[in-house]
Amino acid sequence: MKKYISFFKLRFATGMQYRMASVVALTTQLIWGLMECLAYKAVAEAMGGRIPMDYTSIVTYIWLKEALFILFNTWAADNELFAMITNGDVAYELCRPVSIYSMWFSRTTGARIAEALMRCIPVLFCAFLMPRAYRMTLPVSGVSFLLFLGTLLLAIGITVSFCMLVYMLSFFTISPQGWRMVLTGAVEFLSGNIIPLPFFPKKYLSLLELTPFAYMQNVPFRIYSGDLAGAEVSRCIIKQIFWLVTLMLAGVLLWKQAEKRIVIQGG
Amino acid sequence: MKFKENMKLYVKYAAVCTQGIMQYKLSFFLMVFARFMIAFCELIAIKFLFSGLTQIKGYTYGDVLLCFSMIQMSFTFAELFGNGFKVFSGMVRRGEFDRLLLRPCSLILQVIGSRFEVGRTGPLLTALVTLVLGIRHSQITWNLLTVWTIAAMIIGGMFLFIGLFMLEASLCFFTIEDTSLMNALTYGAKEHSKYPIDIYGKGVMRFCTYIIPYTLIQYYPLQVLLGKTREWYFAFCPLGILVFLVICYVVWQFGVKNYQSCGS
Repeated sequence: MKKYISFFKLRFATGMQYRMASVVALTTQLIWGLMECLAYKAVAEAMGGRIPMDYTSIVTYIWLKEALFILFNTWAADNELFAMITNGDVAYELCRPVSIYSMWFSRTTGARIAEALMRCIPVLFCAFLMPRAYRMTLPVSGVSFLLFLGTLLLAIGITVSFCMLVYMLSFFTISPQGWRMVLTGAVEFLSGNIIPLPFFPKKYLSLLELTPFAYMQNVPFRIYSGDLAGAEVSRCIIKQIFWLVTLMLAGVLLWKQAEKRIVIQGG
Repeated sequence: MKFKENMKLYVKYAAVCTQGIMQYKLSFFLMVFARFMIAFCELIAIKFLFSGLTQIKGYTYGDVLLCFSMIQMSFTFAELFGNGFKVFSGMVRRGEFDRLLLRPCSLILQVIGSRFEVGRTGPLLTALVTLVLGIRHSQITWNLLTVWTIAAMIIGGMFLFIGLFMLEASLCFFTIEDTSLMNALTYGAKEHSKYPIDIYGKGVMRFCTYIIPYTLIQYYPLQVLLGKTREWYFAFCPLGILVFLVICYVVWQFGVKNYQSCGS
């Protein structure tokens, strides 16, 4: 276990190096978030009482999404790993006396959490200072905040184990970029990054709830604002655990397959 | 004659780039498909949003589809032709730009020619489908003016985004580093102009008219297209983008004049 914690720490430290870039990104994110708030304000006015998620919850959802986007961004996943697979450096990784799956899992999680921590503080700070109509709210209660943190961790686990599947798939093809774009594009839409899931029509939503995508950012963000509460929460947590275990198992199995037929490229 | 020569060169550049990309066929098709799908997901998102709505601030589903498709087209064409500007920071950092300066040939042609990417055309299919859907859903009265307006909005939008890419590239002369500062103005605008700009309120309208003239290619001509105004001359607003392009060109020239080499 100790060695995996070290991989986590290592990536965490590297992630902390890029401070300047995040200052620039902050401005972009604030503008982006504000524009989204403005759009939903118009939508809320047009929908009136029939809106499936109330406006303040949407605003909070948007800011959480902006603040923590790196956690759930399947696109900006560890580029080094993909480079390793295409240029052959993965051979060195194979020499290490550790399990590749666990090693990559911990370093991806570490990199994401480090970057997210650094980025979320300024975004959240500004989000709490916005004019009232676009201001992020505090969690509805202490309990919901704790549930938010718990489900957030599970959601990160699900997202990372999904990314691990994508890494593993790239062992089977020389040019992983295309596949990656297809998969990540789909996930972005299905996990509620473009519009929050409550806006999906009922029949599509019930289908979506059979997949892991509904248990990524959708769950913690909505628990935070109180949009998801009561018995629904425990049902979601159970499904989150189910999907985390399933995806991790699938990843390990896929890795076993990849290990057998691995071809080292480059030189 | 010079224009003809340049066009010939540009076509050559584009052909060579395309040949290069076609060496990896599967990857290419997947990229096109992925880009198409990402745009398509956004279309579905709009459809879902409008399942509980009849209009947003007086704009119907069809009107929003029109905005969405036109901005997608403008942006896709701009990325297709102006991709060289987008990857320009890398050229400066690696010192490749110095090589371009030595050649007896237009700089801009070399910059945009060297990075022509056919794979960028993916969202066009989505945009075309959406345009047809949008036209069927909204009540446009067809005449020469509306045809002109649609064409001018798309082409004007393309030049607006190319101008922004050019500004972004000019920034590299001074900062060297890759700045994502302009992303909000390019990607952000593409993302958020799927709704008519006036739904965002007065502040955004002002910014989008006086700082970066997005309204010239969207809000004002759109009013004519949807028959919301009698001011027919709004249809000619996209011509104003020419002024914006000239400003971008001046900034670019200023950057080139002050360029100090870098890289190895």
